[in-house]
Amino acid sequence: MRYQNTKTLHKLERNWKKVVYPMAIAASLTTSFTWADTTIRMLHLEADPKVVSVWEQVAHDYEKANPGQTIKLEYLENEAFKQKLPTLLQSEQRPDIFYSWGGGNFQTRVDAGLLKDVSKEMEDVKSKFSDVSFNAFNYQGKQYGLPYMVSQVGFWYNKSLFQQAGVDADQVVTWDDFLGAIKKLQAAGITPITTAGGDKWPVQFYWALLTMRQAGQQGIQDAIDKKEPAFAGEDFIKAGEELKRLVDLKPFQSGHLAASFGDSSGNFGDGKSAMQLMGDWNYLFQAQQSISGKGVGDDNLGWMNFPVLKDGKGKATDTLGGIAGWVLTSEASPEAVQWLKYFSNIEMQKHLASINMIIPVVKGADVAIENPFKKRIAQNIANSSWHQLFYDQAFGANVGSVVNDVSAGILGGALSPQEAAEQVQEAWEFE
Amino acid sequence: MSNNVTPEKRVKVASNQSAASNQSVSRWFKKNNHGNRLLTLVLFLPPALLLFTIFVILPIGEAGYYSLFRWNGYGEPTKWVEFGNYTRLFKHSAFDTAVWNTLKIILISIVIQLPLALIIALSIYKKSWTNSLFRLIFFLPYILAEVAAGLIWRFVFDGDYGVMSSFTEALNTDSWYILADNNWAFVAILVVLVWKYFGFHMMIYIAALQGVPKDLIEASKLDGASRFQAIWYVKIPLIISGITISIFFSILGALQTFDLIMPLTGGGPSNSTHTLVSYLYTFGITRMNVGFGSAVGVVLFICCVIFAFTYQSTMMKDKK
Repeated sequence: MRYQNTKTLHKLERNWKKVVYPMAIAASLTTSFTWADTTIRMLHLEADPKVVSVWEQVAHDYEKANPGQTIKLEYLENEAFKQKLPTLLQSEQRPDIFYSWGGGNFQTRVDAGLLKDVSKEMEDVKSKFSDVSFNAFNYQGKQYGLPYMVSQVGFWYNKSLFQQAGVDADQVVTWDDFLGAIKKLQAAGITPITTAGGDKWPVQFYWALLTMRQAGQQGIQDAIDKKEPAFAGEDFIKAGEELKRLVDLKPFQSGHLAASFGDSSGNFGDGKSAMQLMGDWNYLFQAQQSISGKGVGDDNLGWMNFPVLKDGKGKATDTLGGIAGWVLTSEASPEAVQWLKYFSNIEMQKHLASINMIIPVVKGADVAIENPFKKRIAQNIANSSWHQLFYDQAFGANVGSVVNDVSAGILGGALSPQEAAEQVQEAWEFE
Repeated sequence: MSNNVTPEKRVKVASNQSAASNQSVSRWFKKNNHGNRLLTLVLFLPPALLLFTIFVILPIGEAGYYSLFRWNGYGEPTKWVEFGNYTRLFKHSAFDTAVWNTLKIILISIVIQLPLALIIALSIYKKSWTNSLFRLIFFLPYILAEVAAGLIWRFVFDGDYGVMSSFTEALNTDSWYILADNNWAFVAILVVLVWKYFGFHMMIYIAALQGVPKDLIEASKLDGASRFQAIWYVKIPLIISGITISIFFSILGALQTFDLIMPLTGGGPSNSTHTLVSYLYTFGITRMNVGFGSAVGVVLFICCVIFAFTYQSTMMKDKK
């Protein structure tokens, strides 16, 4: 007996690795499984610490009410987020919930089976959201997430510079009025517009809004549906020509073709140019980017909707902007779904709206908006006859980038309106 | 049973046979082992070959495979487009620009950068402390990370605050935004490229020049050669192998140029400053056209292979 015992001991001594290693692996596996059950990972690109601190507070409250669950907010910078997401979503490290815009990129991810169908789970909260925003995360009749905020693109302008040039913003209704205002500003020695040709997407807003005004909702839908001649059609060329008319006046700050969004907003914030075509988020950003840190003050700041084209099919109440929200990845836990529903509550939406951070999507939350600009923009979106998503999000990564390219191409004089429309169409056909 | 071999015997015969074949294998091995060379091959080739296959051959093959698909990088590629990606590539004007820009970099390297490096190397290759100092100064740009260098030069070229703006102010002309200029942006990049890499080539030449025997130069002087003649007939022929290497590096470098382009212009304005690699990155990766990007990669690969082989077989061949 004794002898045998020592023999097994010897065996163990020699083979301890065979025993210990599997045990260690098994132990680490079980811990990571329990870990995955209780930790909800939420990936975002919000750089503003004010917003994140609000989220953290909400997460903290939720953790208290639901013991055993941990909410982890993870941050990636905007460009890094866009570039890492495709690989991240296919890896084991994918988050449960991540920030997303509606539109083509979102749909691509649904097609690839990366997102979780939560139609049933979200049925009971559907009525809380405005229809447009809720449906932005609906694709082929299935719901994949919840909206978070909306935005609109329009002209921010500098009132005192307008006054100096004798331009009345209320009188700028049509595109011709707008071009007239540009000439007046130039005559007064003021740079009319600042834009960011280096980043391209701010320039895309011009082409996008002009095509919307010219072709109208039906026209854009036909082009998306590939009804000939689609994006190569007359309306799209006409929109490019109108943009060319603007460019020929040389209304932009010098060096605009290499300027970044930050440069351009700083230029506006410093009062060096009279207008900037940008989304409502620029309200805070232009101040942050200005030299003084204060930017164009509230009393001096104005908002103007994009002018209409005289013979265009689009309406003045058609708006361009974004709908951002949160989607769930295919293996997100039921807890993550519950958390997202909790996260999208009206109190937080109200809170963020009251500190000018978002234009809320939950019905009734917009009463909390105190800022007159944000209020006006919220109303614009609420009364919108058609809210079109940013083209670069709506059309997917590839065609979206081509739209950005051709817009910058027209601005730089490298492309004719005809060529621009053809290139978009070519990219769309390839899609 | 037709023969009277017992089962035990049969086994014995079989084992004898296998022993014989074992013997012949080992004999063959000994015969062909050429002082353990075959053994080394058997032991060391498989792991190297495995690594090389996994990290080099397979990815190249995969790129070739993916280039035949329209694929956004999600899941498995399914949309077969044959050579659609390639036809699209050759029709794309930005690709033409990228190819031209790459050729321009090669040209500038050979016509301006390398002669400049050679002239400087000739003037500071002798050992003295001032020369060491100059060597250090000229070599500094090469040490700097490309992205940092790009950002610094972006600032230099800035029309509002940069060195360029004080320049235009001094001349009392309108501020000039060279990186926003379709015609000049790439010239600005070429300037940065020459500045960044001439120090590297200079170092190659200095090393080569220090290996030139002094007595040869002295002999040429005694024969009445002028300074220029000594350089042309003695020094340059003796460092020609250094020059071929440096041409090789500059062409390969031109084909890879990427990390200076992105911080300076990101390929803009209007895609006028793309090189092959920044084109691949922009149109293939950031736009989620992995299939298209693979096609660009394959074209780039073919260019590199053709260049490498022709260069090897012409310039770098040992002259007998």
